Amino acid sequence: MGEKTLTRMDLSEAVYREVGLSRNESAQLVESVLDHISDALVSGEQVKISSFGTFSVRDKSARIGRNPKTGEEVPILPRRVLTFRPSHLMKERVALGNKP
Amino acid sequence: MIRSELIQKIADENPHLYQRDVERIVSTIFEEVTNAMARGDRVELRGFGAFSVKKRDARIGRNPRTGETVHVEEKHVPFFKTGKLLRDRLNGN
Repeated sequence: MGEKTLTRMDLSEAVYREVGLSRNESAQLVESVLDHISDALVSGEQVKISSFGTFSVRDKSARIGRNPKTGEEVPILPRRVLTFRPSHLMKERVALGNKP
Repeated sequence: MIRSELIQKIADENPHLYQRDVERIVSTIFEEVTNAMARGDRVELRGFGAFSVKKRDARIGRNPRTGETVHVEEKHVPFFKTGKLLRDRLNGN
C-alpha cells in the first residue's frame, strides 16, 4: 500500500500529460475545477460527479459541546458542514486496490 | 451541479479549448484522485480538502433480515476531509 501524498501539482501534471497543454495552463484548469466546485457548495448547491461521488452541504444545529481536556461546556454554534459520499465505482476501486 | 455542468463552465471560460478536451481534463482530474486512493495514497488539496483511505477492521456482522451472523472482511474505504478555507467559506467567514 502506498503512503504518498499527491497535491495539485500531481493533478496538473496528469492533465499536462493527458491533454498536452502547457504546465501553467494545466495548473490553472485544475484550480478552476476546484474553484467551481467550491463556489457551488458555498452557494448551497450539491455537487454530483458521476462515477466519482457527491459533495453535499448539511446544516448542523447548535449544541452544547464539551472540551474533552477540561470537561468545560462550550456552546457550538449552528454551522454548515460538507460531506462527501463516494460513488459505488470509487468504493469498489479503493476496496480492490487496497485488498491485503 | 453535475459533471456536465462543471464541464460546461470550464468550457465557457476557455473558448480556445475543444469541448472534448475539457471533458478529458475534468475526467483526468477525478481519475487521478481515484487512482491515487486505489493505490492507498492521499490527495491533499490545500484550501479544498484531502482525500484519503481508511481501513475498516474485519468484524462480525449480522444480516438484519435473518439475524444470521456473517463474517465481514477487513476493507478500505475512501474518505474526504474538508479543508479549512472551504469550511470557513461555507460558514460565511
